[in-house]
Amino acid sequence: MEATELNNEYESRPNMSKSKWTEIWEKIVEIIFFLSACMAIVSIAIITFFIFIKGVPAIAEIGLFDFIFKTDWYPEAEILGIGAMIVASIYATLGSIIIGVPIGLLTAVFIAELAPDWMIKIIKPAVELLAGIPSVVYGFFGLVIIVPIIDRTFGGGGNGLLAAIIILSFMILPTIINISVTALKAVPREYKEGSLAMGASHIQTIFKVMIPAAKSGIFAAIILGIGRAIGETMAVILVAGNSIQIPFSILDRVRPMTAHIALEMSYAAPGLHENSLFATGVILFIFIMILNIVLNFITSKVGE
Amino acid sequence: MNNFKISVKDLDLFYGDFQALKGINLDIEERKITALIGPSGCGKSTFLKTLNRMNDLIEGVKINGNVKLDGLDIYKNIDVIKLRKRVGMVFQKPNPFPMSIYDNVAYGPRAHGVKQKSVLDEIVEKSLRSAAIWDEVKDRLKKNALGLSGGQQQRLCIARALAVEPEVLLMDEPTSALDPIATGKIEELTEELKRDYTIVIVTHSMQQAGRISDNTAFFLLGEMIEFGETKTIFSTPEDKRTEDYITGRFG
Ligand SMILES: Nc1ncnc2c1ncn2[C@@H]1O[C@H](COP(=O)(O)OP(=O)(O)OP(=O)(O)O)[C@@H](O)[C@H]1O
Ligand SMILES: [Mg+2]
Repeated sequence: MEATELNNEYESRPNMSKSKWTEIWEKIVEIIFFLSACMAIVSIAIITFFIFIKGVPAIAEIGLFDFIFKTDWYPEAEILGIGAMIVASIYATLGSIIIGVPIGLLTAVFIAELAPDWMIKIIKPAVELLAGIPSVVYGFFGLVIIVPIIDRTFGGGGNGLLAAIIILSFMILPTIINISVTALKAVPREYKEGSLAMGASHIQTIFKVMIPAAKSGIFAAIILGIGRAIGETMAVILVAGNSIQIPFSILDRVRPMTAHIALEMSYAAPGLHENSLFATGVILFIFIMILNIVLNFITSKVGE
Repeated sequence: MNNFKISVKDLDLFYGDFQALKGINLDIEERKITALIGPSGCGKSTFLKTLNRMNDLIEGVKINGNVKLDGLDIYKNIDVIKLRKRVGMVFQKPNPFPMSIYDNVAYGPRAHGVKQKSVLDEIVEKSLRSAAIWDEVKDRLKKNALGLSGGQQQRLCIARALAVEPEVLLMDEPTSALDPIATGKIEELTEELKRDYTIVIVTHSMQQAGRISDNTAFFLLGEMIEFGETKTIFSTPEDKRTEDYITGRFG
């Protein structure tokens, strides 16, 4: 009897100090987590702050309406309208969504529902690789493959809106595919079984039940794809032609906002010209913010 | 005495190496309710799913023997889509689609090519009436089906199954997720449906089997131990194991 009691006491002491150490250790880890999280918040705050502090006065000086609707850009004369760039960004993004979403969605359906195992083993790594390729490589690919093909087929040099759209379509595919696959796989099995049990075919089941049930996830995929397309810079610079003009044909050369900032920043004189580039950043930032709000709205609806 | 809707002969089913059904022989009478009873894991759901080939969805399933629907081998002579149109299924957990009540019921007919609005309207009303839920939902047909109560959802699922005009209705513990009142409604409903449909129902409740079924099959460890009229099975079972199970002296 005595022996056991003694034993217990003996054992419990090192346990005590051990749990104390674990506690301190846990606190330290918690603080490290907290500081890491702060980094993200601080950097987004600083970035936003600098873009706005330089950009907003420029917008005020030029006038918001003139800045975003005028299409003349003569920095020497301080005529600074980015209407053409905004239109270019919107066209390029829309175009890439029109091409990329159907292809991405069908690929996702194929991966989630139809492909045999051995094929998934090929397609999935390929999609992951597509996501990992640096954008300058996409641009290079566009320059040496897509642009010459467009030139040969339609003439006009080949670089322009169409080339940008094609490259962006490739670039948004991984985003759309991966998120859509996740959404489709999250559709309750019972829906699929219920549909098949009534004699609906597999394809009918996919299009009539599974895709509608996964639609918020698929919308999220599209929104993230839009975000990627509108923010892409390097690949676009290499293939878009970069002329400041509102495109009237899909072959016209265009300069989306991102390309515009990157191209002019290297030589813009400090002052209104340089600040107007920050202002372009502000506009881009607002676009991205709107997308994020829409995305949050969609994902919060999923929970309902 | 040949009014068998479904005849199962020497049916074996394997999940990979595991044999879940062993030499099942069973004849299901037309326009009768056949209950499948037995302890958990004995293969009731597996057996039910062989009747409309829902096991096809599971990888590694192997089946020997045959299942005949009106004399035709469902694994050889009937296209699986046609089969499932004729042999409908109601699941344990109500599984209405996340769409309107109307669209849920119209889903099957639409999948089978019915497009005309007036025809669909008619099918939807008729099916909802047959499933005894019409009065409760007639004013909210366009509302999302997920807003219904569990019991209403299950009756909606029955309506949805009826909408494709099946001949046989398979029900896998259709009331296990429901309260006694909702259960009572479904039981009454099966009595009604039996006039037009052949029903096979899996249940864990002896009382339920006793109340609603005409014939009862007792399964144990993948084998069918005894099959006969419910009255007989419940009063004078031939097999000791059946008796033990029915009287609750079993696992
Ligand atoms: N997909 C599957 N893969 C492998 N084994 C399975 C699978 N489905 C069922 N089984 C096995 O087959 C046996 C019969 O299962 P089944 O679901 O038919 O039982 P049940 O009688 O319906 O049980 P319950 O009353 O719990 O629903 C069980 O041993 C189960 O583990
Ligand atoms: Mg079961």
